[in-house]
Amino acid sequence: MSESGTAPEVSTGVAAAKPAHADPARRRRLVAMGLLGLASLAMPLLGTSYLLSAATLALYLAYVGQAWNVMMGFAGQLSLGHSLYVGLGAYVAAGIFVHTGVGPWASVWLAVGACAAVGAFIGLLAFRLRIAGVQLSLLTIAFAELARIGFDHIDALGGPGGLFLPVVNRGHVDLLGFRGPPTLYYYAMLLLAAGALALCALLLRSRAGYYWRAIREDEAAAEAVGINTFRWKMFAVVLSSAMTAVAGTFFAFYNNSLFPEQIFGFERSVEILVGPVVGGLGTLFGPIVGAVTLVVLGDGTTELLNRAGVDLPGVRQGIHGLLLLLVTIYMPNGIWPPLARALGFEAKRL
Amino acid sequence: MTGHPLLQVEDVSKAFRGVRAVEGVSFEVARHTITALIGPNGAGKTTLFSLIAGAQRPDRGQIRLNGRAIGGLPAHRVCAAGVGRTFQLVKPFAGMTVLDNAIVGALRGERTVAGARARAVAVLGMLGLSGKASSLASHLTLADRRRLEVARALATRPSLLLLDEMMAGLRPTEIDELLGVLRTVHREEGLTILLTEHVMRAVMALAEQIVVLHHGQVIARGLPAAIVRDAAVLDCYLGEEDAYQGLGA
Repeated sequence: MSESGTAPEVSTGVAAAKPAHADPARRRRLVAMGLLGLASLAMPLLGTSYLLSAATLALYLAYVGQAWNVMMGFAGQLSLGHSLYVGLGAYVAAGIFVHTGVGPWASVWLAVGACAAVGAFIGLLAFRLRIAGVQLSLLTIAFAELARIGFDHIDALGGPGGLFLPVVNRGHVDLLGFRGPPTLYYYAMLLLAAGALALCALLLRSRAGYYWRAIREDEAAAEAVGINTFRWKMFAVVLSSAMTAVAGTFFAFYNNSLFPEQIFGFERSVEILVGPVVGGLGTLFGPIVGAVTLVVLGDGTTELLNRAGVDLPGVRQGIHGLLLLLVTIYMPNGIWPPLARALGFEAKRL
Repeated sequence: MTGHPLLQVEDVSKAFRGVRAVEGVSFEVARHTITALIGPNGAGKTTLFSLIAGAQRPDRGQIRLNGRAIGGLPAHRVCAAGVGRTFQLVKPFAGMTVLDNAIVGALRGERTVAGARARAVAVLGMLGLSGKASSLASHLTLADRRRLEVARALATRPSLLLLDEMMAGLRPTEIDELLGVLRTVHREEGLTILLTEHVMRAVMALAEQIVVLHHGQVIARGLPAAIVRDAAVLDCYLGEEDAYQGLGA
């Protein structure tokens, strides 16, 4: 990175070109953020255990959606194989824990390093050989599939039979080992999702954000204004894969069991991207809005049907597909942009 | 002017699958001047532009900016060396605002986003785009998108500005307005400009030197007044009614 560039440079002072009525929108945004934060913090006190697990899932999807959005939404590079980084991150952390007993606080860094290295390798391969668009997406699928098949043959990690983390007393909070009741995982995921949001907000306002969007809009024009597009695309891919690795580590300790067939599966990659696409590609709040929408409509409906005694396998995926279809037709920019306007969060465009 | 000319093109050639698009082209552009590169369709103007801007690599020959070899460098390094360009088919960052487009350009040479924003606001003012700063680039008219291309290139603080067919598809009044803007920019930023242009009225209004390209080779170069009387130039333009009449005008 052109070193100075990656440092977060928050634009100070709204320039003359910004309309004067930008301020009330900003205030409304801050109030809404505060309320949302308080509600998220209080959630475990009010909700049932089902609600808590649904909320944890929503936060998890918001986080991985945010990570995926860095690569596609910001820099315009479509990955259809992000399950690779979830799975790799999960297996690195879980493997270390099962074999050495070392907890996630140490192993998460190895998971991040491994995923960043794999992301860098794929990026190097694609961008040096000028593989872009559909070909790049196919390449990301290929690597995820390669991992799915490869991990089936690693006996030390359980192979196709799965890797299981020893379950300990769920009533006892063990911060160091990251073991405890569901509330612990909920708050951990809340922290991660909030952190990802803050990081992306900073990046979007910095040189990286401007350069990524320029590359997304027109790569030749971006080169012509002095942007080393190779370098900045690499940054997006490496950051996105590193962020996703953290979600993988979380998943391992939350779920306690890993199967290559599931965690590297193509459905998982799709599940990661449906949120940000439905919520709003390239926006900060799109991945969050999308994740909540998916969980409320998809998992909520499934749960209601279950309680009514109806067992319809695949109803969740069906609802995801339907949502994607409706949003693509009626809200091509996702739910968030029109929602933000309706709620008065955006300064009006001239 | 002492020292090197700002731009030196030395015996540059480029072929595509055996077709010689540019063949042994040499010319120079002096500092703070406006040079026009003209020639019939297919003469190799756009290829030569791509070679100078780094979008393509020359097969042979060298290109120097300020005496420094830039031939064959990638486009982003050519820009960093001091060459700004516009595209014949405009390439705005369509999904970004006019201001953000200019900020992207201004970030080259500015350390902070705040500094780039200030530079971008100033450049948009110079191009008469201040009132449209918060519009999406995709909502602009063609004439305004051309201005935006100039603004974005100018924001990178180039010493040489390459303008590729700026006037194509514009109405006469829009051409006059853009001519005025370009003169202002040339004067106030102390820029050197190299442009290709089919609209001869624009060429005659701006250029201090004209280089004529035909079949990939330079067939004439000199002052505009001399070029319009050059027999070889008139010859190659025969059959191109509009351009020919433009030359005579």
